[in-house]
Amino acid sequence: MSELIKLTGVQKYYGDYHALRDINLTIDQGEFFSLLGPSGCGKTTLLRTIAGFEGVSSGTVMIAGRDMADVPPNLRPTNMVFQSYAIFPHLSVAENVAFGLRKSGMSKADKATAVDEALTMVGLAGYGARAAHALSGGQRQRVALARALILKPKVLLLDEPLSALDKKMREHMQVELIRLQRAVGITFILVTHDQEEALVMSDRIAVMFEGEIGQLADPETLYRRPNSRRVAEFIGKMNFINGTASATDEGAKVLVPGLGKCTIPAEQFPQGVTTGEVAIGIRPETLAILFEGDKAPRHEAEAVVDEVVYYGDMTYYDVRVSEVEKPLTIAMKNLIGRPVLDVGAKTRIAWDERSLVVF
Amino acid sequence: MKLRIYALAYLLFLYAPIILLPLFAFNDGTIIAFPLSGFTTNWFAELTENKALHAAVRNSLFIALMTAIFSTLLGMCAARAGAMANFPGKRGIIGFVMLPLVLPEIIVAVSLLVILRQVLGVNLSNWTIIAAHVLICTPFCIAILNGAFQNLDPSMEEAALDLGESRWSAFRLVTLPLVMPGIISSMLIAFTISLDEFIIAFFLTGTNPTMPVYIWGLLRFPASLPVVMALGTLLVALSIILLTIAELLRRRGIKRAGGTDKGGFL
Amino acid sequence: MAARLSAEQKRGIGLVAAPFSYAIMLLAVPLLAIVLFSFWTQDFMDVDTTFTLNNYREIVEKPIYFSLLQRSLYVSLCVTLVTVVLAYPVAYFVSFKVHPSRKSLWLFLITIPFWTSYLIRVFLWKVILGYNGVINSGLINLGIIEEPLTFILYNVNAVIITLAHAFAPFAILPIFVALEKIDRSLLEAAQDLGESKLMTFLRVTLPLSMPGLVAAVLIVFIPTIGDYVTPELMGGAGGKLIANMIQVQFLQLNNAPLGAAIAIVAMLSVTAISLLFVFLNRRWLRGRS
Repeated sequence: MSELIKLTGVQKYYGDYHALRDINLTIDQGEFFSLLGPSGCGKTTLLRTIAGFEGVSSGTVMIAGRDMADVPPNLRPTNMVFQSYAIFPHLSVAENVAFGLRKSGMSKADKATAVDEALTMVGLAGYGARAAHALSGGQRQRVALARALILKPKVLLLDEPLSALDKKMREHMQVELIRLQRAVGITFILVTHDQEEALVMSDRIAVMFEGEIGQLADPETLYRRPNSRRVAEFIGKMNFINGTASATDEGAKVLVPGLGKCTIPAEQFPQGVTTGEVAIGIRPETLAILFEGDKAPRHEAEAVVDEVVYYGDMTYYDVRVSEVEKPLTIAMKNLIGRPVLDVGAKTRIAWDERSLVVF
Repeated sequence: MKLRIYALAYLLFLYAPIILLPLFAFNDGTIIAFPLSGFTTNWFAELTENKALHAAVRNSLFIALMTAIFSTLLGMCAARAGAMANFPGKRGIIGFVMLPLVLPEIIVAVSLLVILRQVLGVNLSNWTIIAAHVLICTPFCIAILNGAFQNLDPSMEEAALDLGESRWSAFRLVTLPLVMPGIISSMLIAFTISLDEFIIAFFLTGTNPTMPVYIWGLLRFPASLPVVMALGTLLVALSIILLTIAELLRRRGIKRAGGTDKGGFL
Repeated sequence: MAARLSAEQKRGIGLVAAPFSYAIMLLAVPLLAIVLFSFWTQDFMDVDTTFTLNNYREIVEKPIYFSLLQRSLYVSLCVTLVTVVLAYPVAYFVSFKVHPSRKSLWLFLITIPFWTSYLIRVFLWKVILGYNGVINSGLINLGIIEEPLTFILYNVNAVIITLAHAFAPFAILPIFVALEKIDRSLLEAAQDLGESKLMTFLRVTLPLSMPGLVAAVLIVFIPTIGDYVTPELMGGAGGKLIANMIQVQFLQLNNAPLGAAIAIVAMLSVTAISLLFVFLNRRWLRGRS
């Protein structure tokens, strides 16, 4: 894949407020890239600097090998789907979609064909004559997509496009967006605060905190090997236990209070192997309650059920183990014949040192 | 319930003079007092023959039209700046432009009289009144246009830019149509205020009086009072029509820009 | 500093420059000019530009100016009190009791009389309050009085009634806006915590609507001082106010410097009283919290 967007040393100040701190980033042709982070982390600002709505205080933004410093948004090879969709309420659906074709020099008939194609692509064939203000949220979003894609941009920028939709519609549109992106082959850059959305849709994700990129990786790496505690806490749920480590040649011997001892290779220490006090991260689904007939695990420990939260497909247990103050959360699938334990039940839990991350 | 009766009584108090106006305009008697003596349309007929009045009305209409155009233009600049990013001193600057709203009109009148006559030596004319009316109407225009501009989603214009339009054509193709009802409503309000304004016009009027200045002269002659009543009836009817159009447009503008109506001109 | 402004901020400044420079030229400069004039003197047709405090001395020494100013301030205060007290229940009614879809209609009805034929409206109060007016003939017909009432026309009372009528919408709107901003769940919370309706009003609604009330007071009090039409038509000989004097100095006696000085004194008194009111109100609100 070839490099399409290259940000080098991008800084952005609003007065004294440092909104973007030294962003270095390359995004490839055809990639589905996500900017993920809590609100106020600078992800939307970064998207808007790529679109050209915000200038940079220093650093360069290159798109397709061209420095964008003096290129206004209307001349950039990017198009945007706005958070509010910004569907022009005084125009019809077709007029909205054709908006960007005004200066294209296309004939009326060609424009109409292009609009029909774009509407068909987003599943709104036959909606052209409708008034824009009569559309539902999902339909507005499709119009916004069609309006941007009809111009065949090199990059499509999506600013929290699904946040205004209800849960069902959101999940549906996630799948549609992936399908659409594969069909058109255009680079998508998505801004979202929803980690699940980013994991589901992206080829790569940049997690941002306070104006900087905390980690840039594919979804699986991000989830399984977060490179810092704040990334681990932001993506999914993670238990943390304070333990001790002593470094060896290949990694470290780690004592996990309440669970036991184990040897962990260096790759599970994203910030480098250390000796002494460490924080050990364990994902809830990598722990398990041991039921009768389960295979013998690599490691096991005693625990008491402290809290049970039943979700239907899953049950989340908070269990107490000795020497650890905070209960550990365990996620269990509700398989056939598997009982739901009561609060106070004594049980054994299984754990696996290969799933630990140590900071 | 008690509150509703009170509110209705209050409305009656507000409308009392306006209700009396047509009664005397159609009353066949030269004294403006009860009891009424009979029905006539003579006073309206007299209106059509009064040359001096016609000239005054023409003056006032010209002044009101110019005022409507210029104060709405200035109001658009301020309202649009108000809806954009904050810059240092923005609140103070807009507050200063809004100041004539609370300033006693006589202060505005005498200070303009001094600067125009004594300092600049300008001859008083319709244009001196227009200058003053633009000053006092602009705050009302800003108040109305603020509603239109602030309800506008800023990403609308950005979307147009993003789709390849220049800044000016983005404004022309997207923002302008969306705020147009607000613009017309603002012009109608400025027109109505200017048409009715007396305190400042009396100070700044040149050799040709405006309509309110002319009416002021008539009020001293009891014989001309029934004609004034007839004129007043027409003016009230005209104002109500203009204001109703303005209000309907203001509401439509807010709706069109996708906002919710918070009510009221101010 | 300028380099730090974003492109959008620069565009905003560019836009606001037009109305701002207009207001500077036609408001700030003229206001400065009358301040300057008030320190000069009129010498027949010319203005003597040597600095003098004579105009102010004359205002202080001649009792006519002081009594006019006193009467003007009294009228403005009465008008403000009457308008705001009468307006509050109406604003409350529209904000709390009227269905949301009909609020605009009510506000519209309230504002209409404000925009229409100011002169004729004032004149018609003469018809209502006059010797053979609506009120007198009505009361005589009903047998309540035998002789027409005379204390309601050509005096200060008539001026107050007419001005209160003219400024009514000015008082209702800011109070209405403040009441609209009050989160309705606060009132439910107060009642849930055991307050009666009246105490809820006194402890929650009234303090929260105070900014609107203050705005209403200022927006009525300050402009009323500048009206000369109402006292001229309604006030008779004993009901003339300071604005009439300003008008006479400028347009009849051709003494612009003295007129300017009177205007400034009137303006300063009004500003001082307004600031005092705002200050006392803040103290009161802070004392409560």
